[in-house]
Parts: sequence; structure tokens; C-alpha cells
Amino acid sequence: MRFDYLEPHTIKEAVSLLSTYNGQAKVIAGGTDLMNLIRTKMIKPEYIVDIGHIAGLDYVKYGDKGALSIGALTTIRAIEMSAQLKERHPVVSQAAGQLGSMAIRNVGTIGGNLCNAAPCAETAPSLIGLGAALKIVGPAGERTVTLEDFFTGPGQTVLQRGELVVEIQVPSQPPHTRGVYLKHSVRGTEDLAIVGVAAIATLEGERCRNVKIVLGAVAPIPMRARNAEGKLEGKEIDDALIENAAQAASDESQPITDVRASADYRKEMVKVFTRQAIRGVVPTPMHRAFCGTG
Amino acid sequence: MKQLITLRVNGIDEELYVEPWWTLSRVLREELDLIGTKEGCGSGDCGSCTVLIDGKAVMSCLYLAMKARGKNIMTIEGLNGENGALHPLQETFIEHFAVQCGYCVPGMIMTAKAMLDENPKPTEEEVRTGLSGNLCRCTGYVKIVEAVLSSAEKQGN
Repeated sequence: MRFDYLEPHTIKEAVSLLSTYNGQAKVIAGGTDLMNLIRTKMIKPEYIVDIGHIAGLDYVKYGDKGALSIGALTTIRAIEMSAQLKERHPVVSQAAGQLGSMAIRNVGTIGGNLCNAAPCAETAPSLIGLGAALKIVGPAGERTVTLEDFFTGPGQTVLQRGELVVEIQVPSQPPHTRGVYLKHSVRGTEDLAIVGVAAIATLEGERCRNVKIVLGAVAPIPMRARNAEGKLEGKEIDDALIENAAQAASDESQPITDVRASADYRKEMVKVFTRQAIRGVVPTPMHRAFCGTG
Repeated sequence: MKQLITLRVNGIDEELYVEPWWTLSRVLREELDLIGTKEGCGSGDCGSCTVLIDGKAVMSCLYLAMKARGKNIMTIEGLNGENGALHPLQETFIEHFAVQCGYCVPGMIMTAKAMLDENPKPTEEEVRTGLSGNLCRCTGYVKIVEAVLSSAEKQGN
């Protein structure tokens, strides 16, 4: 591998460099994904733009009305360990904790995990489920894109020439909103997910609203399982509904067979993990009777 | 083109010329002769290249040397106990026979140090989770976990 190393100190400089060297330059933040792509010759950039020297992009903060913003350079480990996130958006820190080993999480960033656009990106399903959006700065100024619309294919996003993701924005959630992210892999957090499932819902008494089921690693991009969501939306959840939703998620997933698992196995596991994820979020009458929760 | 940079390694400022694509593991081993740090997979999966950067465990095979400027890098060579003695982790690895072929050990010990600095009294489960990014192909995990737990106990006294 050979490349020139460029180190902008401001967002403006970074955008200018990325515009100038469009198509020849790659952004490096932590580099845990990028270095692998370069070392395996999947990509051969002529320039590396290291945004790690840009100050003020490493933060987790809450606005007055409960909206969350996370700087693009915040490490996965910082998100995993953030006391604020654990309390207010636990599903985000929980998903972060499942990404790779501690040494990878110490370096890898949330912006990098999303912009690398792997179908199995660990942080994507829960953030999509929470309605997150990305603040993007480019030559023409700023724009905001929902995370759901950000991915266009494996390794592909809507980012245009010179554009840089600078912040992840998560709207405030209604009270009694709960979320769970489950990852299925052979080697725990170390391995990439065979299937990832985020389930998020707002509990209104016995009913379940704003249901989001988001699947990772079973389609070209992290995908909403809208049919599964539809089975649960506004309903009082029981085991039969959960089963219907899990089946729907499995049916609408579009996995491929690769080195980690076959497409058939993935479809089966979507059903299993969607079922578990929903059960983690919504206490059913049976659970309430036995566990006294809800 | 090579650039002159300064890296602070084990408390010493080292001036050296590096190519911008050189990884930290390469620079440590081939430019600074700090061959205690091993490179196994080269893809961030095995943990044998783990060093500490500003106290945090990092895979040096995926970390550009250019990014390490201005930071405190600690390798296994920089780990010491009091008065030049072995570090408690090194002692307990010996006491518990936690070294078989030895290739994974520098990475294991550096990860264990980062873990114990953050959590001085880990449970066995926490040690296993903390070390899960470090592979031992001799599969000597039981003794490694025992060594780390024993070190935590000693350091706590």
C-alpha cells in the first residue's frame, strides 16, 4: 500500500481536500475498517484524509428537549461507556458494546462505522430504529439525511463529492420507549454479525406504538422490516403476534450466502432473533404473569 | 515520501522517518527494534499487536504511525514493576504457566493492563470478555485468565 497522508485541521479544509481529490481520496477516522480495506487491496486510495485532527467532533450531548447528538469522531468505546447514553438511550450503548474487541472499539468511530456502510454495521440498526439523521457538510454547505436513507448498497452511501458526516442526531423519544439490539455471531463481539436485530417500541399501557424492527447483515443495507413492524403497531402484544412478526421479518429479509452463514440459515435466525428482540422490549401477558414486569 | 516524525514510545521521544502508510506495528518492530510487539493476523482480529496508546489498548497493525504522533505509546518493553522488577502481570503469567508458544503474550499482557487500569477488581467473566479480542492459538486461556485474576489480586493488596 502507498498513499499520501493529508491532515486537515478544520471541517472546511477536509471538505476542500475531499473535493479536490474526489475519487482518489479516502477519509480515515479511527481506520479500523479502512486499514483492512487497504491492506487487503480492496481499495487503493492515492490520498488519505485524516480527520482525526479536527477538534470538536468527539462528543455525546443532549439538548434541552432530550434530542441527542453524537460527534462523528466519538469512539465506539466512548459510546459504549457513556453514562448518559446508558441511562437515556441504552440501546445505542448496548449495540456499540457488541462491535469488535475493546481495542477496536477504542479506536473505531461512530462516523466511521456508518460511513463504511457495511450491511452488518453494528451501530446502524438501533440508530435507524430511533429515527437518527446525519449532519453532512459539503462544498455546498450543510444538509441532513436520515440514516434510513443514507445507505445505498454495501459500502455505498448517498455522500457526494467532498461531503463529510460530522454528527449523528437522534430525536427525543416518547416516554416508555424501549429498545434492544441483538447480534448473532459465531465468536461473540469479535466476529461480524450473521444477523443483527434492533427492536424499538413505545409502550402505551398495554399497547405498543412506534414499533421499529431493523435488521442488519441480511440485505445489501441495514433494513427496516416494515411488514413485521405492521404486525405489532398499535396492538397489545401476545405470543401469536410476536410469532407473526418474526415470520414476517424473516420473509422480508434478503440475505446472501457468504463465508459466515448461508442465506437459509440467516432467514431462520432472523426469525429467532426478531422474536427474542421483541420479547426483550415488550412484556407479553405471559411474561407479566411470571415475571411481574410491565 | 518519508517524513520525519517524533513518536513517544515507552517514555522516550524517538525521531524517525516514516512512510505515511506504515503502520505502528511495523514502525515499532522494524524501525525501533521493539520486537516484543507481534503481528499475527494484520487485520485487527487476533490482538497480538496490542499496545497502549494514551493508556488504551489499540491494535497497532491497523493504526497508522502518523496517527500516533503526540501520543504516549507503551509497548511490552515499557512495562515495569517497581525498581526494575517485572510487572505483576508478567510475574503472574510466569507463576501460572500462562505462556506456551508465547506469541500472543505481549498482546495479552498489554490488553490485561489496560483492562486492570480501568477495572482493578474484575470478575472472571469480565477478564474473559476483556481478553476476547486476543487469541491464543495454543488455546491456553485458562491459565491466562488465572494469571490476570491473580495479578489483580496482588495489585489490590
